[in-house]
Amino acid sequence: MSTPIAAPAFVNRHSFIELDARARAQSLMDPGSWRELVGPFDRMESPWLPLQGIAPQSDDGCVVLKGTIAGAPSVVIALEGGFQAGSMGEVSGAKMSAALDLATQDSQNGKKTTAILLLETGGVRLQEANLGLAAIAEVMASILALREHAPIITVIAGTVGCFGGLALAAGLSSYIVMTREARLGMNGPEVIEQESGIEEFDASDRGLIWAINGGEQRVAMGVADELVLDDTQKISAAVQSYVKAGLPQVHRSRQVELYRQRMAALDTSAQIDPLMLRQSWNSKTREGDTR
Amino acid sequence: MELLEFDYPSAVRRVARKAHVGVVGSGDMEVLMEPAGQDGAHVSIRTSVNGFGGSWKAVLDRFFSRFDGAVRIHINDAGATPGSVMLRLEQAVEVIER
Amino acid sequence: MSGQVALRGKAWFEALTGRNSPLEGDPGSVLTADARLGNETARFLCVVPNPASRFPCARQGEVGLEEAYTLAMRVREAMEQDANGNKRPVIAIVDLKSQAYGRREETAAIFLATATAADAYASARMKGHPVIALVVGQAISGGFLTHGYQANRILAFDDSSVVIHAMHKEAAARITLRSVADLDRLGHQIAPMSYDIHDFAKLGLLHALLHVADPDTPSPITVAQVQKALMDAVADAHAGSKDLSNRLTSEDARAMRKAGLAARARMQEQWRHD
Repeated sequence: MSTPIAAPAFVNRHSFIELDARARAQSLMDPGSWRELVGPFDRMESPWLPLQGIAPQSDDGCVVLKGTIAGAPSVVIALEGGFQAGSMGEVSGAKMSAALDLATQDSQNGKKTTAILLLETGGVRLQEANLGLAAIAEVMASILALREHAPIITVIAGTVGCFGGLALAAGLSSYIVMTREARLGMNGPEVIEQESGIEEFDASDRGLIWAINGGEQRVAMGVADELVLDDTQKISAAVQSYVKAGLPQVHRSRQVELYRQRMAALDTSAQIDPLMLRQSWNSKTREGDTR
Repeated sequence: MELLEFDYPSAVRRVARKAHVGVVGSGDMEVLMEPAGQDGAHVSIRTSVNGFGGSWKAVLDRFFSRFDGAVRIHINDAGATPGSVMLRLEQAVEVIER
Repeated sequence: MSGQVALRGKAWFEALTGRNSPLEGDPGSVLTADARLGNETARFLCVVPNPASRFPCARQGEVGLEEAYTLAMRVREAMEQDANGNKRPVIAIVDLKSQAYGRREETAAIFLATATAADAYASARMKGHPVIALVVGQAISGGFLTHGYQANRILAFDDSSVVIHAMHKEAAARITLRSVADLDRLGHQIAPMSYDIHDFAKLGLLHALLHVADPDTPSPITVAQVQKALMDAVADAHAGSKDLSNRLTSEDARAMRKAGLAARARMQEQWRHD
């Protein structure tokens, strides 16, 4: 007689990264609790892409699900990294802002509604340039309005990561959850190499890229909150815990004095060692909060 | 950029659901399939790759030779191969027949 | 044109405030001053080139780490000082290359620095300070998101050196594998892609386009003209809401941002469905 052998953990793991934006968003919601708003069949597409011979997407690369997470009213807004690298255009930006603003209205009327942003994006969609940039400014304003009432939880899973103007949206969030595969930074390595030269940043050096922008580094230096495995259950559990936690005592983007001092303490005579920042910055992740 | 349209008047079986599959990534496409509400199927395709009308017709003819649902199909395409097109259409059917 | 980059900001800051050096302890790249604007005092802020910056990639008027945290600090200082009284206007004079593109910046989390400055400007606006962006030169990408784009009202000079955009033309050409001439052509067909401030004005995001004689060199007449325009914008901000909704309501916006407006309306319709 043989005893059954337990399946190794990885057999039961379901990759979050392999899912498209819609499936990622669905995996976070309480089953049966949600519906999609302004979805594919509404056909709210970009008017600008077809003018340039580029096929639009029926949801303009932004998925909005409204429902509950851990029983609490929530809205998940997910950018599709597979469409135009998740870049923000007029319509996708309007959907994100509108959903955030409606969550704020509900919260003001007594129904606190948490927002979860799945940011898989290179930032502004260059084919819509100024309308994309304006949309990002409006998303930032909408995040700050909702933040008075309810947390905004940003999840960056990869493979696109979160770059460009929407990295500011991540920076304004209440909590940031990342995988090891994910990256978070304002300027992508190629852009830095292009603008400041290969000595400044060799965009082909993948080790360097993750050492600076990778999920493990961002969490270890205290500018993101949690490193999670690429697994739908684990990511869902992390999101639920932040939904339940509610607003943090203080948002990172309000900790001006702490970060001013950190900048003053940097030795800029050479490049900064990312590992050194893990030590010097993460004794406390926030003022008054040890985690 | 091309907008192509095709009709299949003999596809008359009523279907109840709609389906959406796919992402408009490079070499890929999305399919929106919903009940036509009348006899016959209508397909509209917006594609960023011009000159493949014949290819599209061939794939759709093959598809409708096996599928008789009265559906309205819209496709946003960024260069999917005929094999991928068929796969996406079949995935959509799977959803509506579930 | 490019020789003038980031010098107009300093000239106009000095003309409007009488000062041309940073406050004690601030880096040379951020100028802050409280100065009269009509019957009240306003806080003016400007990011300028600082060849002596400790950060090699932030010497030409880019918004880098020090700039972002200094802006945040000076804006919040005004908020604290005004907590129980009149909320002074906050005027961002904008003439900047972009955000700083450097490894030090990415390592030390410039995404958070810029978010912190934007948070400060937006918080001032939400608390009732009229926040006005005066674009006298360039306002590009992350730099503008950080310093100016959270304003209640945006004013811009009507001049060929004034560019508001998501990416410099040369960089955009490289990344999209097009020529600069192609981008210009595209900009004529597709207004949001244009580098011309007149096309930007059609998007409905500007409060006013100011025709100012010899914008490189402020004169008593043009300074008075700009002050009046700023005061109009301040009054308009007081009369409106503390959010950015005015960017969606002008006639231009209703035409050029039609798809976004329709998406917002559809979202509102469907949200209430329960």
